[in-house]
Amino acid sequence: MSKKALMLRPVDTVATVVEDIEKGDSVCYLLDGKNESVTALEDIPAYHKIALKDMAEGEHVIKYGQIIGAMTSDAKAGNWISHKNIMSLPRNYEDEL
Amino acid sequence: MNFMGYRRPDGKAGIRNKVLILPTCACSSETSRIVAEQVEGAIYVSNQAGCSEVEQNLKICFDMYSGFAANPNIYGTVLIGLGCEGCTPDKMADAIREKTNKPLEIVVIQDEGGTVNAITKAVKYARRLAQEASLVKKEEIPVSELFLGLECGGSDATSGLAANPVVGKVSDLLVDNGGSAVMSETTEFIGAEHILAKRAATPEIKKQIIGICKGLEEHLANVNQNLRTGQPTPGNKDGGISTIEEKSLGCIYKGGTRPIVEVLDYAQMPTKKGALIMDTPGFDVASVTAMVAGGCQVVIFTTGRGTPTGNIIAPVIKVTGNSKTYEKMSDNIDFDASVVLTGEKSIDERGEELFNELLEVANGKVTKAEAFGFNECSMNRICKFI
Repeated sequence: MSKKALMLRPVDTVATVVEDIEKGDSVCYLLDGKNESVTALEDIPAYHKIALKDMAEGEHVIKYGQIIGAMTSDAKAGNWISHKNIMSLPRNYEDEL
Repeated sequence: MNFMGYRRPDGKAGIRNKVLILPTCACSSETSRIVAEQVEGAIYVSNQAGCSEVEQNLKICFDMYSGFAANPNIYGTVLIGLGCEGCTPDKMADAIREKTNKPLEIVVIQDEGGTVNAITKAVKYARRLAQEASLVKKEEIPVSELFLGLECGGSDATSGLAANPVVGKVSDLLVDNGGSAVMSETTEFIGAEHILAKRAATPEIKKQIIGICKGLEEHLANVNQNLRTGQPTPGNKDGGISTIEEKSLGCIYKGGTRPIVEVLDYAQMPTKKGALIMDTPGFDVASVTAMVAGGCQVVIFTTGRGTPTGNIIAPVIKVTGNSKTYEKMSDNIDFDASVVLTGEKSIDERGEELFNELLEVANGKVTKAEAFGFNECSMNRICKFI
């Protein structure tokens, strides 16, 4: 079944699903005005994140065009990305000042 | 663009017209409640501190409770003290008079000889003030005199995608019309502070924005705590927000896009107009009360999970971007922003509709939290009681 997700910026590596997703669903999103899709590898609750590409442990996760954390394990495109597999990163305030 | 409000002798304008029964400390809090219950048009806010405090906590208490009395929605105040507290009635009265020349009466329980005498005297004052308040006629007030508090609580992933961007549009519309909007919760700038800093009107304000985030992390580190253990909250995580960065990047949308002209300390009144920031903790109730103490006549509050939070001084307009929450908690939520997720409406369109709702509430429309008479009150603290 085809379901919908929102990719917020072209550089994002995750999209937000806007309805409950079941394993095997085709999840569609818009990238630069073009329809793209990824197959869900597991059930994902509404408003949670789906990986749009394969990501390795330690890799930055991008949403809103910004870093929202780093992977704590490997994931494939179509995996559910949540607090169970990403972690927050320390800030570097001195560099920002 | 105007709304119908109440002009105060200090020049400010309120959208509600209440008499405030104000306790200086926890010991006079229950007496204040009883007084407020006797008089139609009177309200009270609880005070769980006011004594046995270090200097910084005491300062917060003075700032916050004097700010409540000065809030333009208040006609006048009956201050009730115990008589031996650190937050003395005299000093609190001075703090109020520094901010406003509105009517102020003082009752001290120990001076009156107990609760019954204190209540009797305070009720007489409150009845007189309520009658005077009823004689204030509503008049046309320019929308530039509105001061809006922006808050979010019980966020989920829809908050950053729908509710907060829609509220950001309202913030921009108000600022463009000469009004002010303040965004709080420093915790929820962390991870997005570099973006917020780009909105700073001056290099000094940029330093302040980064500085309050750095300061909060250092404050918690000093007591061996890491904010990332408490943020995001369990409910945020269940709702699809996985890290503080993700939460903050969604949160800051509600502050709109206009230049940030001032960074306020907790519960401080602004000296500038436009888009503002207040340094408050990531606890919604303690942030709403601080912004109301800063002078906000009205608050817009976004929520994904749903929350009942209100404020007895300023009406709180609840907005959600989650259609299920809007259906499930319709007695708590005023405005559904989820239509921007389905594409039925644009963020700008729904933002303009919410701006109209804001004007209706300014004109007197009762919000859902207001109808329940909700009176949550929480105050930030620096450290333990002494």
